[in-house]
Amino acid sequence: MSMSFTRKNSDLARMDGKKFGLDQIMTVLCFLILTTVVILPVVMIIYNTFWDGTKIDLEMFGRVIFREENLTAMKNTVIIAVISTIFATIIGVFFAWLLGRSDIPMKGLMRWLFSIPFMIPPFLAAMAWDMMFSGRGGYVNRFLMSIFNLKSAPFNINTLAGIIVIEVVYYFPFVYMQVVSALERMDPTLEESARIAGAKQWYVIRTVTLPLTIPAISSGTLLVLITSLSNYGIPRMVGSSKNIFTLPTKIVDLVNRAGGDFQGIREATALSVVLVIVVSIALFVQRKLLKAGRYDIIKGKSMRPTLIKLRAAKYPLLIVSLVFLTLVVLAPLVIIVLVSLLRAYGLPFAWENFTLANYTKILVNNKAVTDSIQNSLFLGFSSGFVCLFLGVMLSYVIYKVKPKGSGILETLAVLPYSLPGTVMAIGCILAWSGAVFGITLYNSIWIIMVAYIARYLSYTLKSCSASLQQVHVSLEDASRACGATHMESLADVTLPLIKPAMISSFFMVFLPAMRELTTSVLLYGPNSRTLGVAIQNLRDNGYMTQAAALSVVAIIIIMVCNGVVKFITRDRKGV
Amino acid sequence: MAKIKFDHVTVKYGNHTVVKDFSLEVKEGEILGIVGPSGCGKTSLVRSLGGFLNPDEGDIYISDNLVYSKKKRINRSPETRRLGIVFQDYAIWPHLSVYDNVAYPLKKRKTPKAEIDKLVRQALEQVRMTGYEKHMPAQLSGGQQQRVAIARALTSSNDIIIMDEPITNLDAKLREGMLDEIRVLQQNLHTTIIYITHDQEAALQLCDRVVIMEPNGNICQIGTDEDIIERPANRFVFKFIGVSNFIPVVEEKGKYYVYQAKKELCYAEKKPKGFISGKPSVMGIRPMDIVFDDESPVKGVITQAVFLGTLFNYFVKIGGAELRVQRSMLDSLDGREYKEGETVGLRFLNEKYYDAEEGEVRK
Repeated sequence: MSMSFTRKNSDLARMDGKKFGLDQIMTVLCFLILTTVVILPVVMIIYNTFWDGTKIDLEMFGRVIFREENLTAMKNTVIIAVISTIFATIIGVFFAWLLGRSDIPMKGLMRWLFSIPFMIPPFLAAMAWDMMFSGRGGYVNRFLMSIFNLKSAPFNINTLAGIIVIEVVYYFPFVYMQVVSALERMDPTLEESARIAGAKQWYVIRTVTLPLTIPAISSGTLLVLITSLSNYGIPRMVGSSKNIFTLPTKIVDLVNRAGGDFQGIREATALSVVLVIVVSIALFVQRKLLKAGRYDIIKGKSMRPTLIKLRAAKYPLLIVSLVFLTLVVLAPLVIIVLVSLLRAYGLPFAWENFTLANYTKILVNNKAVTDSIQNSLFLGFSSGFVCLFLGVMLSYVIYKVKPKGSGILETLAVLPYSLPGTVMAIGCILAWSGAVFGITLYNSIWIIMVAYIARYLSYTLKSCSASLQQVHVSLEDASRACGATHMESLADVTLPLIKPAMISSFFMVFLPAMRELTTSVLLYGPNSRTLGVAIQNLRDNGYMTQAAALSVVAIIIIMVCNGVVKFITRDRKGV
Repeated sequence: MAKIKFDHVTVKYGNHTVVKDFSLEVKEGEILGIVGPSGCGKTSLVRSLGGFLNPDEGDIYISDNLVYSKKKRINRSPETRRLGIVFQDYAIWPHLSVYDNVAYPLKKRKTPKAEIDKLVRQALEQVRMTGYEKHMPAQLSGGQQQRVAIARALTSSNDIIIMDEPITNLDAKLREGMLDEIRVLQQNLHTTIIYITHDQEAALQLCDRVVIMEPNGNICQIGTDEDIIERPANRFVFKFIGVSNFIPVVEEKGKYYVYQAKKELCYAEKKPKGFISGKPSVMGIRPMDIVFDDESPVKGVITQAVFLGTLFNYFVKIGGAELRVQRSMLDSLDGREYKEGETVGLRFLNEKYYDAEEGEVRK
């Protein structure tokens, strides 16, 4: 009889005797906002790709995608994404198993190391790797050359392989995170019963544990694949100088070279369409894979799974893991800090070469830099609040009001999550340069904000709706029956109950917005540089040490905010 | 004067009709039970009454005020209907203390502070929760949360309380206690209570009148506990309110047989009361109303005998069917013991007759 309990609730407000109640207003608002923020940019991309102003134009699309340099960019994008996804998955799953199910010591330290890459934006990691392993003058390269008396640099990060290595070490923690939580929450009796049935340890891992974690692994893998396909920062930082382009960097390059020429931007939109198609294929494949194997192995109850004894392999594995993690996680941080203290880039790390001058140079009297910090803070706060507000409203409309078309609303809200940031930015340029109602936001900070809202709305929506679905409908009904109006019951019951989720979802937008580069690099104007853009500009103009100093500032801001979130959410776990 | 009136109310979800043409008057100061199996539309009735769901047809009156009418396009919002509702899952707000939960309705109705204190104290006293004012709901047991929910309903309305399956989440012992308390509460306050449940025993025990609903949302019977137990309106009610046996029976040449493959077990020589001649019918009978009687021509074999503490429970096989027979401790004082495997005679008392269902009687 479950069907008789699905609520038909399209007319909560009509019951109040009003034609347009609160629920109706919210529903209409949701549709309006999502249409402007999400649909418009996407439509503008497609429109401009195939319409040259007077007629349908397929010729340009064909010409652009078959141009050799663009074909190479496509090939690079796919090669980088596929290879780095494979390796990131292998390493991520290995560490997840090691930390989730084995008795390896020092798990706390390793867990902490794993949380660091999430705070460092990819372009900063790439910059650090470039400082270490750049073919010309990477610090590690020079160090190895002097020790082993080598004639040439042993490593060269400015290659396709180099990009792949950086992406692997940057992305494997993402796979680790997905898989380790699945492993930790897996019902241990599933494995225990296999052991009881007489299976050996390795056989159990192969035939029970691994297959059961496949959904978690494949969702982690896909996350990496999509982020890698649309990643701009890493190929930009290590590849562009050597003319190694991927689709996102090529798109940005085309826009920059067009210099406002409409035909140039149209070529960029053509490549954007290609990028979207590639990402959609990846999404489609994942859908198919996930459908094939969905198991309900994860119990809500937290259970301590039995840990597997590593015996003799314990300490060798520990040393290998610690060295590896330190190298890939801590080394980039250390090198950025060291470079930020140098009098000039290229000088050896010696006490007499260290100075704090870089920090004073960027933070005092450098209006471009201080403005960029202000801009990023403003963007982080404003888009955080707007996304929070919209996320709460959307999830309320989708899960409580349930109007006709709520499925469409949800799809629209999460669509930009899988759209590459570069594509979203192009869409915003096309939509907000006067094409619609003559509204021009181009070159102002508002266009960046609109793009951020579109990109990050799904974060707050997911977090708020998960929490809202926990709020049983009778809680709100009870307050109505007690004499509260619809508005009052929202304010007294619903909002207080989802407050913890609201706070954490604000930071889920604030933090990525603070370290954003991909979108803002296409949208910034003279007065709307963001932190990421400022760092990239400093570096491009040769101020390597100042770029490093600003990176350190950015990382500190992000880490402090992260600490604040942890502190706030820790207290509220019980509620 | 009716306190609450449903007038030809129909509720549909899409093409699925949950409540069909439902009319009911609840009298002032009575405890009225609405009983029916899961999914018969009980909760839809509560939701319509509370104003959380709009019936597709019909009128609803509360204290002689028309609060909902499809025809007249009247729909008073939930907060103006002044009801106390105890929800199935209690719906105690987890972020508010016991005091704040109970005081909430009063605050919303702009009661002066001193008055609120007094009324909350009284309500908590009624449900014996004095001293828990500062507790948060998570610190309370299920039974205590239940009491808070009732206290909140008391402050929300002093004359009508609707309870939707209020005690199903409690264990058996607590359930028993809660029923007594609800009864005492009603006697103290003379509140009108609508008590909704699928537990027919609780309803019969607590309520002044009981409404029995069929799975399709129709009312089968309205009556006192005695009416319903003694004179069940139809086969559904009979089956719903207690353990029952249904035995196909047949009339032939003025004799009455238990129909099991062969017509050889004659149980009556003259027409029993209520027997429906001329069509396939079944006898409905409670286990307690079948007595062992060695004189009876209806013979069966005991397949299982279990002592349940206050009574003996037997399964007796006659023909192809198995009957459940119960014998109280008192009866068994006669010293006669019935063992498994023994052949016994059966006599039927107080039996009812209903039309046979499809396939029940083999031709």
